[in-house]
Amino acid sequence: MTIYQSLAVEDRPNRIGARTERVEDEALLRGLGRYGDDVATAPGTLHATVVRSPHAHARILSLNTEKALAMQGVHGVLTGADVARWTAPFAVGVRQPMEHWCVAIDKVRYAGEPVCVVIADNRYLAEDAADAIEVEYETLPVSVDPETAIEDTAPVLHEAVGSNVVNERHFRYGEPEQAFEQAPFRVSLKVKYPRSACTPMECYVVLAHYQSASGTYDVLSNFQGPYALHSVMARALKVSGNCLRLRTPPDSGGSFGIKQGVFPYIVMMGLASRKVGAPVKWVEDRLEHLQAASSATNRVTEIEAAVEPDGRVTALRYDQIDDCGAYLRAPEPATFYRMHGNLTGAYGIRHLLVRNRVVLTNKTPTGLNRGFGGPQVYFALERLMQRIAVELDLDPLEVIRRNLIPAGVFPYQAPAGALLDSGDYPAAVGQAVVDGGLAELLRRRDDARAEGRLYGIGYAAVVEPSISNMGYITAAMTPEERRKAGPKNGAVSTATITVGPLGDVSVHVSSTPQGQGHQTVVAQVVAEVLGVAFASIRVNVELDTQKDAWSIASGNYSSRFAGAVAGTVYRAAVAIRDRMALIAAGQLGVQAEAVRFADGKVFAEGANPMPFHRLAGAAHWAPATLPEHEGGGLRETAFWSPPELTAPGDDDRINSSLCYGFIFDFCGLEIDRVTGEIRLDRYVTMHDAGRLLNPALVDGQVRGAFAQGFGAALMEEFAYGSDGSFLSGTLADYLIPTAPEVIEPVILHMETPSPFTPLGAKGAGEGNNMSTPVCIANAVADALGCDDIRLPLTPSRVRGLIGIDEPEAPEHLKQSAEAPAIPGGSTLQASGSVSIPASPEQVFDSLLDPAVLAVIIPGCHQLELEGENSYCADVTIGVGLIRARFQARVKLSDLEPPHSLCLSGSGNSPMGSAQGRARIRLSSLEDGGTRLDYQYDAAVGGKIAAVGGRMLQGASRVIIGQIFSRLSQQVGGVAPQAGLWLRLKAWLNALISKGDES
Amino acid sequence: MEAVVKPRTVVQFELNGRARQGYAESRTQLCDFLRHETGATGVHVGCEHGVCGACTVLVDGKAVRSCLMLAVQVQGSRVETVESLADEDLMSDLQQAFRRHHALQCGFCTAGILMSCVDYLEREPEPTETQVRDMLSGHLCRCTGYTGIVRAVLDVAHERKTQQENNNNV
Repeated sequence: MTIYQSLAVEDRPNRIGARTERVEDEALLRGLGRYGDDVATAPGTLHATVVRSPHAHARILSLNTEKALAMQGVHGVLTGADVARWTAPFAVGVRQPMEHWCVAIDKVRYAGEPVCVVIADNRYLAEDAADAIEVEYETLPVSVDPETAIEDTAPVLHEAVGSNVVNERHFRYGEPEQAFEQAPFRVSLKVKYPRSACTPMECYVVLAHYQSASGTYDVLSNFQGPYALHSVMARALKVSGNCLRLRTPPDSGGSFGIKQGVFPYIVMMGLASRKVGAPVKWVEDRLEHLQAASSATNRVTEIEAAVEPDGRVTALRYDQIDDCGAYLRAPEPATFYRMHGNLTGAYGIRHLLVRNRVVLTNKTPTGLNRGFGGPQVYFALERLMQRIAVELDLDPLEVIRRNLIPAGVFPYQAPAGALLDSGDYPAAVGQAVVDGGLAELLRRRDDARAEGRLYGIGYAAVVEPSISNMGYITAAMTPEERRKAGPKNGAVSTATITVGPLGDVSVHVSSTPQGQGHQTVVAQVVAEVLGVAFASIRVNVELDTQKDAWSIASGNYSSRFAGAVAGTVYRAAVAIRDRMALIAAGQLGVQAEAVRFADGKVFAEGANPMPFHRLAGAAHWAPATLPEHEGGGLRETAFWSPPELTAPGDDDRINSSLCYGFIFDFCGLEIDRVTGEIRLDRYVTMHDAGRLLNPALVDGQVRGAFAQGFGAALMEEFAYGSDGSFLSGTLADYLIPTAPEVIEPVILHMETPSPFTPLGAKGAGEGNNMSTPVCIANAVADALGCDDIRLPLTPSRVRGLIGIDEPEAPEHLKQSAEAPAIPGGSTLQASGSVSIPASPEQVFDSLLDPAVLAVIIPGCHQLELEGENSYCADVTIGVGLIRARFQARVKLSDLEPPHSLCLSGSGNSPMGSAQGRARIRLSSLEDGGTRLDYQYDAAVGGKIAAVGGRMLQGASRVIIGQIFSRLSQQVGGVAPQAGLWLRLKAWLNALISKGDES
Repeated sequence: MEAVVKPRTVVQFELNGRARQGYAESRTQLCDFLRHETGATGVHVGCEHGVCGACTVLVDGKAVRSCLMLAVQVQGSRVETVESLADEDLMSDLQQAFRRHHALQCGFCTAGILMSCVDYLEREPEPTETQVRDMLSGHLCRCTGYTGIVRAVLDVAHERKTQQENNNNV
């Protein structure tokens, strides 16, 4: 293949390689972007809200929509029964008897799983009605931790599978056993990579209109691809592909992989529209997004290397467990296989042993997330390289250098099948060390350490794959299963160029950008090939599956734009140019090869230049004058799939991506000995992404990916409680880096063109998501001399690594050392006492009186006797910004009149579930009153725990306080005396009576 | 459950220099009202709990989060959104600087950031980089890593100062 030879960039503004300003920006800066929620809706469009499970694992006993349906403005409720009637479960990449539907049918398997959809005149009314939906659940034991979930005794999510391990594969390349046997050293490490997500600022949007006359689902959504999922959606809807018309809006507010996960909602809202016979719009809110959209896959890895005394690694062994959440949602288990071919990273390691297990747990399903699979692999591999250096007492940079694939061997086939296209890794490392000023950082570390400060330096060498092989996911199957299923491979890109009758140039690509600036780069490529003004080119990036050229690989993922899509644009432009050259040749009386396109004109030596628009016009206005075989009109659609992306072989080797860029990062950081805070001193990142089509945009990608990698390293984690409650439910709980935290990385480039892409470009958008977390972790390991590094490295976690014990909590805030009686997402324990001006007998009897109970429970609308000392109550409780109406059961037990009793309760609401138990003791006071001591345990799950976590302790105190204050009023007609006053009074009494203090 | 007709109020206010009015329930958020009732879709809703800053607008010249205000609260007020910053031909110096410094990618957070910067530069015309970063801490951007935004704001402050000095010298 010929590689495009770029000219000197400074002479060629707005051409390939120039730092062109973006054509996208003006509309976005003026507030005139058209995102999903800005697109015009048809008259009569209704709005949907999703009712979600508060439980991580439960059987749905009943679903009552009656009250909701009776409310004003409510048009319908889509339930699991509708979904079971109209759809099929989503197809998955592994053969297992498990079913995933867009709405839960009989069981929920993660907190936040959709249980029904309420459709009303507007979103406010839909949410009102959602509160009136009554769901009865029978909660089930949960599996939350992946290492526990693989055990035989763990609660199983999908009973028909019989285990939570839904896929297991073993791979062997070279002679790994022999290499390990012969190795003088073995170094191993166990790491855990947490769940986090790149959380785009715009959440999911779906606008669906079911056309009952044609049985077509017409849907607009900010879906990002891969369009292989279009087939998954059509299959689920039980329609042919052309009966699911899927369109994207002109603009998208970021995605980073996450908007792949909107696809079940596309199906859901299509059905919602069908249910009510009107267009339906759904705009996901941030609370839903954090809890139930998607995330990176958390992974547990045991990694081991066979090592020579000089640090050279001869063999690697991976044992990986991926926790994909409650359902294996397509394209999972792709987190494993996206990286499979290049599991040996940037190193010339020839022997490899891999065990991959996919486990399902009661958590939100995982999916694409920028860096997809990369941070998980490199966190293990690059932490291991650092450990090898420590254990063998070598310089970690030397260990990396001695293992790098040498220059001059590309294309290089890695043992698991990656065909590394191009690069010069040692030169890139060498250049980064010099230009990034490593020597200075090493000096700073010496100085800092001499002063007793904690300073560390970390390194990471990473191969960044781009342009995924659509067949890599079949590596999850055995060769026999693959033979049965038929081969899958390649990755088809499309581009369409139209030259209009006025000589205007329009381009369409099916890359569904989410803010990267594809329109700008496409226009640069076309302007270069056709020699027309950059500003005159219009690039449309909306995708309409019914009208545009697309294929299953279409979409915005695996950094495929620069290498594949821009390359395909180049091929389409060349095809148009060749046709126009033939037309021009006839008119100018020259050979087609002699025709040149530049400055909006067409040239040939010895002929007068012709304006481009005049030549283009001939194809439209005077087709009879065209050469033979030229049909007239000017439109070319190019399809391109690289031949190097072959299907996995029987030897399980898979070239999982077309291009492999190289990244070498190092950083210096200092850790505050007291606070545990990490301050990045400098971060250097060297990239070889082949030919750069627009270096300004590449730098923008690097900065953005770096900031996300920085967040993953230091701040971000989707946390779950032991009962599967989601605990990171607001942006105040899930911390994202802001401007004061993020530093400016030193960005360096090298350009080794790819021989496999039309323009020599490779992807560059995901590298730092892969390299930055582990580079920072290695620096922390270096600063503290420890090996067990867990992300995110929050100040409290770092203090733990430094060995600082947290000071004891003040007496009144102490939690009991015993494990809470009730396990849960947010568990609360506290105790207190009040004095009540009535006798213990009166107090005790009051507590048994339903009329009193109804009055003293705050927010109690109704209390009905169910059995002896057990009641059914309707209670509204507010915690922070959440207010929910609970259907509660209240029970009094362990009655020992008038000394003690136990008050317990449990309740469910659309906002979550709660259960609690209070032990109450009554004792007489000298003044004839009663001292009431209480001690309670409570557990809260669902949305309340997710978004109100920080307020729960305080809120529960207030609520308990209210209960006894009201009790006091009921019994004695006055407010109770608080504990402090009680003590003060006792002390005063003692003082006055000069008696002994008790 | 009883059918309740929610009472709606006519909210009269000034939007981007023009007198406007629209209907709002007492519970309608300002951001929803601006977007759906007046068509100011440049106001973006990112979190609806006051953290991300995407919905920032100016109310009587002050930057506020429109997700944390009710529509009825702007009765009689002056509201400015991102749509007010450019005239038909020319974007403001701040908008141009954002383009020059590649300070946006998906652009979803940008409108809110621009509005905060407009307010801030009025109050602090010569900020340091630390001050700018501090001001931006009320906004979340997932695409850019903030570098371009910080540079754009500092650049505009510098440009305005130079312009001011030139004007004074004339």
